[in-house]
Amino acid sequence: MTVEVDSSAKFTEYAHPERLVSTDWLQAHLGTPGLVVVESDEDVLLYETGHIPGSVKIDWHTDLNDPVQRDYIDGEGFAKLLGSKGISRDSTVVIYGDKNNWWAAYALWVFTLFGHEDVRLLDGGRAKWEAEGREYTTEVPTPAAVDYPVVERNDAPIRAYKDDVLAHFGNPLIDVRSPEEFSGERTTAPAYPEEGALRAGHIPSAQNMPWGKAAADDGTFRGLGELNALYRDGAGLRDGDSVIAYCRIGERSSHTWFVLTHLLGFDGVRNYDGSWTEWGSAVRVPIVKGVEPGAVPAAR
Amino acid sequence: MTTSDLPEALAQIREDFLGLEQRDRLLLLLEFANELPELPAQYAEHPDLLERVEECQSPVFIFVEVDENRIVHLHATAPKEAPTTRGFASILVQGLAGLTVDDVLGVPDDYPNTIGLTEAVSPLRIRGMTALLGRTKRQIREKVAA
Repeated sequence: MTVEVDSSAKFTEYAHPERLVSTDWLQAHLGTPGLVVVESDEDVLLYETGHIPGSVKIDWHTDLNDPVQRDYIDGEGFAKLLGSKGISRDSTVVIYGDKNNWWAAYALWVFTLFGHEDVRLLDGGRAKWEAEGREYTTEVPTPAAVDYPVVERNDAPIRAYKDDVLAHFGNPLIDVRSPEEFSGERTTAPAYPEEGALRAGHIPSAQNMPWGKAAADDGTFRGLGELNALYRDGAGLRDGDSVIAYCRIGERSSHTWFVLTHLLGFDGVRNYDGSWTEWGSAVRVPIVKGVEPGAVPAAR
Repeated sequence: MTTSDLPEALAQIREDFLGLEQRDRLLLLLEFANELPELPAQYAEHPDLLERVEECQSPVFIFVEVDENRIVHLHATAPKEAPTTRGFASILVQGLAGLTVDDVLGVPDDYPNTIGLTEAVSPLRIRGMTALLGRTKRQIREKVAA
């Protein structure tokens, strides 16, 4: 029941053009059987202020994260969530959101942990839809619940844990946080609550490539040439590399994971979702401060 | 902590949230977001006076005035793309309106965790509101000491 792919010229140069749809395509396909549009934002209330007609909301905190353990929901939870949103295993899912699709890419990555096959991003996300003056509604759809099979997560191909990072040294690491976070400069003044990590800096040998560079001013992904300049020329990635990307909790690096995997066609890119909030508080892991990546530690 | 420890407006806001189902709590938060007043002109034209609340995921800026009667006036601004943050700020602007320095300093620091939003919004996001309250109190202390 897969809905036809968007054959826009812009997407054809990417490794997996079927992972993107344009605002024009989405407008023309709203209501197509087999298509479910999902909004996923940083701000939990944004959907309520108005959303693309017919779209359902999935929130990264309250829906995709396990409420107790620091992990994602399990196969049963995912089946229940998707079924309640009217998504079947063979549905074509288009996800869009705020902040250059930052959280939409995160949701897409979580969908991929469960092997949901046809999941795409709306190029440009909420901002582009809005800038083009397209319709929003506050009407919340009430989809009939459908059966979504219980499929257990398969983390290994696209998710890295701390031990995987320790064993990965010698292979490329991409730190997608801001330069200030990378260098370990304190961004908050003393006596203010410090968020999440006990130490500042970055994982040794990581190249700093802030995630937002992959997006143009209108929120769409940059063209292949520009992306190659950033990730191949800039961050030094080469075909065949095994790459791990990280940020603070794994959301911004989901965006980079999408770019490397689906737009540039790298195989075996993993997202380290423990990211700095785990690494920066872990005992006896190596850390480098300053703007240089630093020496490669021996893999453990 | 009992409700009687809280200033009346904050107690009422808490009661209103707790009386609702999770989903409706979000809609009430959205109402608050829509009610956040515009900054008074003298602050809107002076962004240098505003303090950014770094702990919030979205840009939010606050400014606290203490008048000659030791009454606190909290001003806040956040973009419309950040309704949750606007809602948090609006709860505090309304809940603290007309209170004295001592009243505001006496508001429990964990008030944001007690109004029934940790499940609907998530504990991480609530930290933004806790930071708003903390920074408001710090600005008051600095102004009273000066």
